[in-house]
Amino acid sequence: MLASDPEIDTSPKVADEVKYTTCYMCACRCGIKVHLRDGKVRYIEGNRDHPVNHGVLCAKGSAGIMTQTSPARLTKPLKRVGPRGAGEFQEIEWSEALATAEQWLGRIRATDPKKLAFFTGRDQSQALTAWWAAEFGTPNYAAHGGFCSVNMAAAGMYSIGGSFWEFGEPDFERTRYFMLFGVAEDHASNPLKIGINKLRQRGAKFVSVNPIRTGYSAVADDWVGIRPGTDGLFIFSLIHELLSADKIDFAYLVRYTNASWLVIDAPGSAAHGLFVRSADGRALVWDGENQRLASSNDITVKPALVGRFALPNGTSAIPSFELLARRFLAPEYAPERVAATTGVEASKIRQIAAELARVAFEEEIVLDLPWTDWAGRRHDKTVGRPVSFHAMRGISAHANGFHTCRALHVLQMLLGSIDVPGGWRYKPPYPRQAPPGPKPSGKSVAAGKTLGGSPLGYPLAPEDLLVDSAGRALRIDKAFSWEAPLAAHGLMHLVITNAWKGDPYPIDTLFMFMANMSWNSAMNTTGTRSMLTDKDDRTGEYKIPRIIYSDAFWSEMAAYADLILPDTTYLERYDCISMLDRPIGTADAAADSIRQPVIALDRDVRPFQDVLIELGARLKLPGLIDANGAPRYPGGYADYITRHERAPGVGLLAGWRGSHGDKAGRGAANPRQLDAYIANKCFWTAEIPDEAKFYRFANMRYLAHAEAMGFLSEPKPITLQLYVEPLQRFRLAAEGHGTVQPPPAERERIRTYFDPLPIWYPPFEEAAVDAEQFPLHAVTQRPMAMYHSWGSHNAWQRQIHSENRLYMHRATGTALGIADDDWVWIVSHHARVKGQVRLMDGVNRHTVWTWNAIGRSPGAVRLAPNAPEVTRGFLLNHIISELLPARDGGYRYANADPVTGQAAWYDLRVRIERIGAFSVVTDTNERPLQSPPNARPVPLTLSYGREFRTRS
Amino acid sequence: MTSLPAIAPDAKKLGLVIDLDICVGCHACAVNCKQWNSGGFAAPLTDSEPYGAEPSGVWFNRVHAFEAGEGAEGRTVYFPKSCLHCDDAPCVTVCPTGASYKRASDGIVLVDESKCIGCKLCSWACPYGAREYDPNEGVMKKCTLCIDRIYNENIAEAERVPACVSTCPASARHFGDLGDPKSEVSKLVAARGGYDLMPEQGTKPVNKYLPPRPRQNTSCASNAALPVATTEPAGLFLKWVDRLLSR
Repeated sequence: MLASDPEIDTSPKVADEVKYTTCYMCACRCGIKVHLRDGKVRYIEGNRDHPVNHGVLCAKGSAGIMTQTSPARLTKPLKRVGPRGAGEFQEIEWSEALATAEQWLGRIRATDPKKLAFFTGRDQSQALTAWWAAEFGTPNYAAHGGFCSVNMAAAGMYSIGGSFWEFGEPDFERTRYFMLFGVAEDHASNPLKIGINKLRQRGAKFVSVNPIRTGYSAVADDWVGIRPGTDGLFIFSLIHELLSADKIDFAYLVRYTNASWLVIDAPGSAAHGLFVRSADGRALVWDGENQRLASSNDITVKPALVGRFALPNGTSAIPSFELLARRFLAPEYAPERVAATTGVEASKIRQIAAELARVAFEEEIVLDLPWTDWAGRRHDKTVGRPVSFHAMRGISAHANGFHTCRALHVLQMLLGSIDVPGGWRYKPPYPRQAPPGPKPSGKSVAAGKTLGGSPLGYPLAPEDLLVDSAGRALRIDKAFSWEAPLAAHGLMHLVITNAWKGDPYPIDTLFMFMANMSWNSAMNTTGTRSMLTDKDDRTGEYKIPRIIYSDAFWSEMAAYADLILPDTTYLERYDCISMLDRPIGTADAAADSIRQPVIALDRDVRPFQDVLIELGARLKLPGLIDANGAPRYPGGYADYITRHERAPGVGLLAGWRGSHGDKAGRGAANPRQLDAYIANKCFWTAEIPDEAKFYRFANMRYLAHAEAMGFLSEPKPITLQLYVEPLQRFRLAAEGHGTVQPPPAERERIRTYFDPLPIWYPPFEEAAVDAEQFPLHAVTQRPMAMYHSWGSHNAWQRQIHSENRLYMHRATGTALGIADDDWVWIVSHHARVKGQVRLMDGVNRHTVWTWNAIGRSPGAVRLAPNAPEVTRGFLLNHIISELLPARDGGYRYANADPVTGQAAWYDLRVRIERIGAFSVVTDTNERPLQSPPNARPVPLTLSYGREFRTRS
Repeated sequence: MTSLPAIAPDAKKLGLVIDLDICVGCHACAVNCKQWNSGGFAAPLTDSEPYGAEPSGVWFNRVHAFEAGEGAEGRTVYFPKSCLHCDDAPCVTVCPTGASYKRASDGIVLVDESKCIGCKLCSWACPYGAREYDPNEGVMKKCTLCIDRIYNENIAEAERVPACVSTCPASARHFGDLGDPKSEVSKLVAARGGYDLMPEQGTKPVNKYLPPRPRQNTSCASNAALPVATTEPAGLFLKWVDRLLSR
C-alpha cells in the first residue's frame, strides 16, 4: 500500500561549527574533526588529511562524547579533610590550591629539591614536564615509560637509533612478510589496522606471535601461540637457522653495522670486549685484502667478518660478527632444542626462518630511486628486503625483555631490512645516533639550583650512572643505579615503594599527573595503598608526607591525594604533540600537531600544563620567569608552546616557524604559530625528499636534511650496533675495572646481564617460584575498545567491557576440572584474586589471561558500588609483586628487567583454584569511595543527542 | 500487516558489505554508529543505568566474537551485525501499524516512530536480532544505514557514507548499491564470494559478508625449510673468511 516512501529529512543540519584537534582517548594521537552544535559535541570523526589515521577513528576515539560528559569529571580544586584514602575532600579556590602547592614545593626547592618526586603517567607533554623538573632541580622525574615499554625503546635506541611505534613503522605499502610480536591489540591502534588491511589486500603474509589469538592475531595468516617470556628464544632460533643456512645480508652488515668492528679478546684486562680503536677513538677493522688494521670509515677497505687478528700490543681481536655468529650458532638454539620451552614446534620455526629468507633474498625489491650514501657514493637503485617486524609490550614487559628486543633488532640487521623498501622504516626525527645521547642529569642536586640537563637520558658507561661513591642510587626510583643502569624512562612503578621505605631516602612531596597509582598503574595495588596511608610511628605523619595529584577524573588515585588540581578533558585545552617528545610522523614525513580547546569549560578546572607553568613562575624557576622576575609565559601552555626554544630556533613545534611563519624545523618563534596550525587542521607535516627516504642512517641527503630540520645535531652517519659496546663497559666495571664499580652484591648481576650481544634467560619470577606450585603464566591483553582504565566512566565503552573473565585453554580447564563460568582463585606467590572463567581454544595452554584494567574499586569514577567492574571485574595487579621473591641475602630486587628496570608485568606465574560453579562475586571489604563534594548527579538514564534531532 | 514495496529488477538496493577477512573486532563501527545516531534520525539511542549495575543501551551495530575450527584450522572470528535491509523483510510484513517499512527508492528499512506502538513484533520476527527497542522512548529503533548522512548535503561528499564505513580502521566495511551488478560493492561480492547471512530464512538480505581468505599458514614444499649450507659452524666460518665485501 506504500505508494511512496514517507518523506524524511535526509539533509539535517549537523553542526554550527566544525573544529579540528587531536584525540586523547588513547596514546595514538589521531587527528579528529569535531562537529559542534549549540556548544555541545554532536559528532567526532577522524580527520581525513591527518598522517596518523587518515580519517578513520577507533572505538575509543568515537566514544569521546561520553568522556566529555562523564559524571566522574572533577569540577573544582580539592583539599583532603579526612584520613588519606577515605576520599573526604573540601572544595577550595584555585588561589588556595596554587598557594598551597607553592608553599610545599617552595620549601623543598629551598632546601633539597630531590625531595620532590614528580611523576607523570601517560603524559603527552613530557617536553614540558621533564624540562620543568630540571628547572625545579629534582632528578626524580619520569613518565610512565618504565612500566610500559622502556625495554623496547632502550634496546632500539642502543641498537639502531630508533625503535618501534613512534620511532618507525613497517613499510606496509611494500612489505611481503610481516611479523608482529606481542602486540596487545593496540600501539599503534589505527595505523596498525590500516597497515594490516593493506597487507591482506596485497596478499602479503602476516605472522602474529602472541600467546593469545584475538584482535590482530585473529586475522593473521599464521598464529604462533608462544609461551610468554620465550619470544627471545624463538628469535634466537630463527637467527640460528638463518646463520646455519648462510642466509644473511653480508653486504648490509659490512656497510651499515658494526659487524666488522674488531672486539679486543683479552679476558681479564680492562679492554676486553671493547672495540679496537685508533688514537682518535675511531673503531678499527681488519683489512682482509691487505691484512692490516684499518679505520672503520675507510670505504676502500674490504673488512674481515671472521677471524682472529693480532694487535700491536700483543693481544688479539675478533670481528663482532664472529662473536655474534658463535653465540647464535650454538646447538642449544636449534629449533628442536627450543621447541619445548617456547611451545613452538621445530617445524614451525624452520618454516618461518625459511620464509623470511625466501622473501628477503628471493623477492628483493629494487626501486628506480637513486640515492647517495654518506661517503658520497651514488647508488642508481634502492634495494629492499621486504620483510618487516613490529613488536610492543608483549615482548618487552618481561625481565628478559631488553635482550629479547635486542635480538629482534639483530634479526632485522642480519636480514638487511632496516630502513629499506619493504622493511621496517624510521619515522623522523629518527634515526638518532646509536648508541644514543644525551646522558641523564642529576649527579649534583643543590638547593635552589636547576638540574643542568634532562633528568632522563642514556648512560654509556658506569661514569654516567646516578650513584654516590658507595654505589647507592641518587634517584628515588633507583633509575640509572646499578639495579637499573639503562632506565631511560625511569621506574615509576618503584617510586611509592621506595618513598615509603625511605630507600634511598625519604621524600617530602609526591606530585603526580594522570597516573592511577593506587589502582591499575601499580604492581601490588593493595600494598601500594597501605604505603600511601602508612604513618611514621614517631611523628604520626604519613611516610609519604604530601601528595599532589592532577587528574581530570575522580579516579582511585584521587582518593589518596592531599591536594587535587583538577585537569580539563582533551577537548578543552591546548596541547602539542612535539617532536621533542613522542613524535607522530610517518616514514615518509615528519609531523607534529596540537590540541586546541573545541568546547568551553563549564567547571572550575584548569589545564595541568597551564597550572605547572604558573606554579613554576610562582616558584621563580629560572626558565619560567623573565629578567624582572615576572612570569615568562603569562599566556600559559599555549604561550610556552609558541615561544619556548630548546635550542636556538628549535621549539616544541616544527611547523610555521620564523617571524613570517615560513620556516620549517628550525626558525625563530612565530607568535601566530598556533593560528597556522589551527588553519591547517591542527597538524603540520613535511615530506622527506624522495632520495632521502631510505637507508637514512647512511643517506647523505637525509643526514643533511635532518640537520637542517633540527632532527640531528650533525650530519654524521649512524652505524647500526649489532654489538653494543656500552653494555660491555658496565660488565668490565663488574669485573673490577675502572673508577666506578658496582658494590660487591651487584657484580654478578651486572656481569651476567650486561652482555654486549643478546642473551636469553628465563624470566626472573618464573625462575624464582616453584613451577609445580605456579604452573601457569598469567598475562593481560588490552581490549581495542578500552585504554587502560580510561574507559570505565565512559557510558559507551563500559557497555562493551564492564567485566573481565579469566580466559584459559579448554584443555587446561578440563584438566583442572574447571568449566565455563566457574569462579576461581588466581593465586601467585604474592597474593590471590577472584575471577570468573571463560574457556577458549585460541590461547597457549600454559597461559591464562584477562583484559587489562577493567576491574574498578567501589565508588571510583563514580560508578555504582555494585557495578560489574567492581563485582565481577578484577585486576591482576593485585597479585603482581613490585619486588621479586627474596634471593640469597634477603634482598628483594624490583620485579623488572635488570638492564632497564622495565616492570615485568607479564612474568606473572599463577595456579588456578576452583571455587565453585555458583556465582560468587569478587569479595571486597572496601568501603566505597564517596563522591567528591558538590558532585553532579549521576544520571539513571542517558538520552544524549535528543536535542540534536530534527523531528519532521 | 505492512506490505513490502514491489522491487523492480534494476531497483537500487543500498547496503553494506562486511569483510570478515580483516575485521579485528575493534568495535569502532559500533561506537561510531552509536555516536552518529545518538544525534541523528532516530535520536536518542537511550542508555539505561549508564554508570550502574546493568548498563545497557540502544546500539544499531554490535560486534560478536566466536571461535571456529580446531587446531591449525581454528580461528577467532569477529562478526559485526546490524540490520541487513532484507528484500523480504519479515520485520516489515509483521508490523501491525505500518511503522516498519522498506523504502521503494533505495531499499533501506526504517521505522516511522510516529506510527510505532512498541509492540516488538518486528524484533521477534527478525531472525538476526537486529532490532533495538528503546524502553525509554517506547519505540523500536534500528540501523538507518545513516540515511541522514548518505544524502546529506550539509556534509562533504566524501563523508556521505554510513558512519560505520567511514570510521572502520581496517576498511572492512563497504557501502554501495547492491542492486547494481556494476557497482564496486557488487564486484567485490562477486570477486570474494560474498554470501547471505542465514539464507535459509528466506529474507533475502541486501547486506553481504565476505568470507576470510584462505590462510597462508602451512608451508608449501618449496619453502618448508632452509637448505642448510653446512651443518658445522666451523665450515661456515671457513666459508665466511673468504667473503670480503667492500664497504
